Amino acid sequence: MSMISLKIDGQLVEVESGTTILEAAKKINVNIPTLCHHEDLCVAGNCRVCVVEVKGRERLEASCSTPAPEGMEIWTNTARVRNARQDIVSLLVSEHNTQCTTCYRNTNCELQNLAAEYNVDGNRYLSVLKPGIKVDTSSWSIEKDDSKCIRCQRCVRTCAELQHVNALTASHKGKDMKISTFLDLPFNEVVCTNCGQCVNRCPTGALTERRYFNQVWEAIGDPTKHVVMNTAPSVRVALGEMLGYEVGHRVTGKMVTAMRKMGADSVLDTDFAADLTIIEEGNELLTRLKKVLVDKDQSVKLPMITSCSPGWVKFIEHMFPNHLGHLSTCKSPQQMFGTLSKTYYAEQKGIDPKDIVSVAIMPCAAKKYEANRPEMNDSGYRDIDAGLTTREFGLMIKQAGLDFKNLPDGAFDSIMGESTGAGVIFGATGGVMEAALRTAYAVVTGRSVPFENLNITAVRGTDGIREASIKVENCLPEWSFLEGVVLNVGVAHGLKNARIIMDQIAAGTSKYHFIEVMACPGGCIGGGGQPIPTNAEIRAKRTAAIYEEDMGKPIRMSHENPEIVKIYEEYLHEPLGHKSHKLLHTHYTPRNRY
Amino acid sequence: MAEIEMIINQKIERYGRERKALLPILQGIVAAKNYISQDDMVCVARALDISAADVYGTASFYSFLENKVLGKYVIRVCRSITCDMKGKNKILKALEEELRIQLGETTHDRLFSLEATNCIGLCDMGPAMLINEKPYTHLTAERIPEIIFEYRNK
Repeated sequence: MSMISLKIDGQLVEVESGTTILEAAKKINVNIPTLCHHEDLCVAGNCRVCVVEVKGRERLEASCSTPAPEGMEIWTNTARVRNARQDIVSLLVSEHNTQCTTCYRNTNCELQNLAAEYNVDGNRYLSVLKPGIKVDTSSWSIEKDDSKCIRCQRCVRTCAELQHVNALTASHKGKDMKISTFLDLPFNEVVCTNCGQCVNRCPTGALTERRYFNQVWEAIGDPTKHVVMNTAPSVRVALGEMLGYEVGHRVTGKMVTAMRKMGADSVLDTDFAADLTIIEEGNELLTRLKKVLVDKDQSVKLPMITSCSPGWVKFIEHMFPNHLGHLSTCKSPQQMFGTLSKTYYAEQKGIDPKDIVSVAIMPCAAKKYEANRPEMNDSGYRDIDAGLTTREFGLMIKQAGLDFKNLPDGAFDSIMGESTGAGVIFGATGGVMEAALRTAYAVVTGRSVPFENLNITAVRGTDGIREASIKVENCLPEWSFLEGVVLNVGVAHGLKNARIIMDQIAAGTSKYHFIEVMACPGGCIGGGGQPIPTNAEIRAKRTAAIYEEDMGKPIRMSHENPEIVKIYEEYLHEPLGHKSHKLLHTHYTPRNRY
Repeated sequence: MAEIEMIINQKIERYGRERKALLPILQGIVAAKNYISQDDMVCVARALDISAADVYGTASFYSFLENKVLGKYVIRVCRSITCDMKGKNKILKALEEELRIQLGETTHDRLFSLEATNCIGLCDMGPAMLINEKPYTHLTAERIPEIIFEYRNK
């Protein structure tokens, strides 16, 4: 790469050729405002907020989409630039529903911030907000309010580039242009996986998750209800961002105390259910391997693919309905937890399950949909009553008036509150695979996986698809059929990569035995319900925090979790047994691709 | 439906099974049946392995890619500023009276649809309109009945 030098606001900067003005400015900490630009997405250049003055050029240039040539002189802060930006923001505001005080994104809105920064005068342009825009509340997970849309198309690019779903498109043109689904149908009728990545990247309140926190407050306030809260592994490494901590700060102990102070009757851990998932899924994998390798059973499908990510599950149901046999039948940890909260937990605690309200706090938008899937009622009740995002949970903590930073650390309640490092790493891409390998290898050979500190680094990282091969040697007698077998595993995150994996399976060229797929880039730490904003740096810090949490756990293999041992002794009896099948496993529904 | 699939396959043969074939396919469908139905869009999406929303986005962008049922003859009156200044409104009124429909509607016999269009490049000859692909220029309200009469009796 050849280097070029240019001048920004009189300051000389050297960058690789091809670098945009925006990137060059960032390098020397010159802040240029943006709206349609997002680091995870391709350049759009449609909002023009990032305009700058270039010496020798008559018109202003959009810095996000203009590569800097050698010797360019740029001014980012002239009267002309400021006026242009103010005009652009004013025009956007004139079409925007500026009921900011009633907006869910109030105080966390990029348009609001810019309007404040450029002191947009309300009388500059007439409001031309179209009347009668209805909010689409048809989906369990995502709400769309076109009156707040600035048509930056980040959502369209997210759905196309990161997820390869293309549920959203820019339809019509000119003043009628809008972000639409197919035929502008409601969200619940189109091919949408509910992953919520569009919500994470929406600069305004046009796309938000459907909120359920008021119902949760209601249940907490009802003395006849026993509210059980459980939190997913990745919530504890991101929640702090909403409450004054820097990115990557773990707040597990304070989070537990906060839930207790908010009035939850029991504060439990989804990580427990993650450990349980490993036992069930690990055994399912070993059973499938036996059926394929020993019994030559043609009906059993390999590779087996994880089913923890409800966005991914809906994706495969839509896009590859003929390949649902590859999905593990295990419910996700959230749903395992929900079912057990109204069966095992209710029994052990002597509480009538009809009085239990099971609340899941998740990094996810799709979990809301999953909780409402019609078949998710194996406990005889709705297994999960409400799925909240990390964002809703952070808001509830603020509403409760808690001084979060000064809360003492608390510990999860029992039962179903104990977890291992293996359960924790579910929150990062590759984590389920690593956790499963730790346990499966130990079950089959009686020894720990042959990696330093149990850290299977090959499946970690941010590459879209990662793989590892593990040779199984010196098996215990009952697993002797696996002797010498080289187990190939794959990990994919982001549905774009999931599609690559599935295309291989559909073509019959997949070399894997076991695959982990997470719908969201980075896994759950980058989930559609996590604090906004998101970018690669933020996701990397959250991931690092997840692995720190794992290293800090005294037990790091799911099958050694004492509460897991206990639940099999007292209640489930055996993995894949009768009770497990009834409560912890599920089935899938083929859906339309178009 | 078989007809639509034939059109799609012809265009794919010529342009490849790629996204760039989308516009020719949509144009082909409109040429054959005047509009693109919802089912057609799904058909196209499946053939090109793209999302139905993508097809809708493109189909809704172009004024001439109609996605509602139109009459056999689609009249598109230019609404751009030059034609407007040259008396487009009088032409429109004459058409509405002659056809007994409003702008945006289709006659009961499904013979005519009356639409407005952006500039069709006939600014020097306005007011102008298209009937299907045939341009009519230097229009006067008096000429409208005779033009419509011609199509009625085709």
